[in-house]
Amino acid sequence: MRMRILEISVGAFILAGILALVGLALNVSGLNVSNTEGAYTVYARFENIGGLTPRAKVTMSGVAIGEVTEVILDRDELVARVAMNIHSDVDFLSTDSSASILTAGLLGEQYIGITVGAEEEYLQNGDFIEDTQSALVLEELIGKFLFNEVSE
Amino acid sequence: MTQFDDVVIDIQKLSFSRGDRPIYNEVDIKIPRGKITAIMGPSGTGKTTLLKLIGGQLKPDSGSILVDSKNIPALSRSDLFGVRERMGMLFQSGALFTDISVFENVAFPIRVHTDLLEDMIRDVVLMKLHAVGLRGAHDLMPSELSGGMARRVALARAIALDPDIVMYDEPFTGQDPIAMGVLVNLIRRLNHSLGHTSIIVSHDIQETLGIADYIYIIADSKVIASGTPEELSRVESEQVKQFIQGLPDGPVPFHFPANDYEDDLLKGNR
Amino acid sequence: MDQLALLGRKGLDKLAAFGRAGMILFQSLVAKPQPLVMFPLFVKQIYFIGVLSLIIIVVSGLFIGMVLGLQGYTILVDYGSEQAVGQMVALSLVRELAPVVTALLFAGRAGSALTAEIGLMKATEQLSSLEMIGVDPLRRIIAPRFWAGFICLPILSAIFAIVGVYGGSIVSIDWLGIYDGSFWANMQNSVNFYDDVLNGLIKAVVFGFVVTWIAVFQGYDCIPTSEGISQATTKTVVYSSLAVLGLDFILTAVMFGEL
Ligand SMILES: Nc1ncnc2c1ncn2[C@@H]1O[C@H](COP(=O)(O)OP(=O)(O)O)[C@@H](O)[C@H]1O
Ligand SMILES: [Mg+2]
Repeated sequence: MRMRILEISVGAFILAGILALVGLALNVSGLNVSNTEGAYTVYARFENIGGLTPRAKVTMSGVAIGEVTEVILDRDELVARVAMNIHSDVDFLSTDSSASILTAGLLGEQYIGITVGAEEEYLQNGDFIEDTQSALVLEELIGKFLFNEVSE
Repeated sequence: MTQFDDVVIDIQKLSFSRGDRPIYNEVDIKIPRGKITAIMGPSGTGKTTLLKLIGGQLKPDSGSILVDSKNIPALSRSDLFGVRERMGMLFQSGALFTDISVFENVAFPIRVHTDLLEDMIRDVVLMKLHAVGLRGAHDLMPSELSGGMARRVALARAIALDPDIVMYDEPFTGQDPIAMGVLVNLIRRLNHSLGHTSIIVSHDIQETLGIADYIYIIADSKVIASGTPEELSRVESEQVKQFIQGLPDGPVPFHFPANDYEDDLLKGNR
Repeated sequence: MDQLALLGRKGLDKLAAFGRAGMILFQSLVAKPQPLVMFPLFVKQIYFIGVLSLIIIVVSGLFIGMVLGLQGYTILVDYGSEQAVGQMVALSLVRELAPVVTALLFAGRAGSALTAEIGLMKATEQLSSLEMIGVDPLRRIIAPRFWAGFICLPILSAIFAIVGVYGGSIVSIDWLGIYDGSFWANMQNSVNFYDDVLNGLIKAVVFGFVVTWIAVFQGYDCIPTSEGISQATTKTVVYSSLAVLGLDFILTAVMFGEL
């Protein structure tokens, strides 16, 4: 009987461990099993990416639709080129969509916000988003502000 | 020397030391098969160490220990475990497994080495416990036993598999006179009816003289005398006489090697 | 000159101990598996090592999560980003605190008990007696304990993390009045399963391995007297804590750093 209680509690313990891991996966990390595969890549060029890094999220109207996978310097155009994976069920981004680098909160992390345009054609894997808006850099803003003050 | 027609353990030129202190220095000991051999000597001379050397738990510095012509120190780990299946050892402290009951302790070697059914294991265990007078205690945990009882349970465990060689490390210590008599008889009976070879380490001279076929007396890292009980009682050596008669003073030092006593005491005043 | 010789001898002693520890690990793990004999022993050890450590882990996890919630809130509220408290609680728990604190508590609770138990078995000649019965104590005594510790620490760490996150949510949502949608959404957006949760789990696995190894080795290698056992127990706690903290730095640098 003592052995039996021991076995049951060990079984419960291991089960609790598995449940905890599942809880961490679903509740804490928000792992979504369905859309981890099936994504397409689009690119965008930015004058300045500020503090954007890989794994930053890509949103549309605030809803996450993908994530940044790569940030490199484009040799030909001499600007930053960002690759992002967009979930394949989001297949309605028009070719004239615009991408801007936004900041969450005052000092929060940076992410990409996408606004769709009016075209009938949609972005495909490997396409570029032409209409982009760079990150706001606090120092530049303050610089401009001061310059205006002085010149007035 | 008809004793040594059939030798089961043959120790040749055995040397062993603990740190700088020699415990054995080129010692030869032969243990005859099917007989009761006693190893005697003052405490701290290395009797327990000798049993551990035979069991392969310690490795000698040099010399060989042949058990049925297998040299124990040279055996691989798995061969050694094979030889040990044929040996039973009663440890000085009993060494019962504290996390399982008396019954399970005795059943342990049987479960490890045989595929007997539970019914048969139960019968064997109760028989062995009965032999040491503790059948009624089979449900107890080792922590609920007295020292003497624990040692009797350990004895039951050591003989559970009817090993060919049984080593008893001070089996009589801590036993009341009745249990002592029972144990002496038990060891003798096991030996005669089953043909075990027994090695007994003991201080109890009278019991040992009464039971042993052959005796080795160890002191100063050597065998100082050996022979049958009658032979030993006729030996003229002061050392042996002193030991057998239990006199505190004589050539066998009662004291652990030390500096001069007075010197040591005087040092404290400086 | 004497000092130098002493230092050299100490160093060699440590090296030899490390070698013995490696041999014990090798001999207890690289053995012909005997599932029928080993499994019940293994289950029993999970009970002693894991189940009995559960209470201290759950209680500590809850309190640490709650404290993180409070501290995080008071810091973040100055920047108007108290919504991010969920993310802060979860990231610090999952990446660092759960594996490290669990391992430290585990060393104190289960590691010391393992060392003392094995040391006492050695002192009472139970290990010798197993050997004489023809059973290898490394396989019978050390191996099940080792595997159990290896399995239990990740489980305990996962439980610690989840309990901590809920502790943080109780403080943030129920007491401090943060909107629960943004608490969870912020957390889920910033915690990545592979980078954060799995890496935290890998840390716990490594710590489980190291702490249990140290504990069983100290027990098996101790001087079999009451003093020797108490020294070995202390060593287990000290060495495992140092090893956990040192390894944590290395693992963090490899996993999260820009190396
Ligand atoms: N583990 C050990 N480490 C160092 N010395 C030991 C150890 N075990 C025993 N000794 C020493 O070896 C000697 C022989 O011990 P032992 O064989 O137990 O004696 P006894 O004849 O009383 O059984 C003793 O003097 C003891 O001090
Ligand atoms: Mg002894």
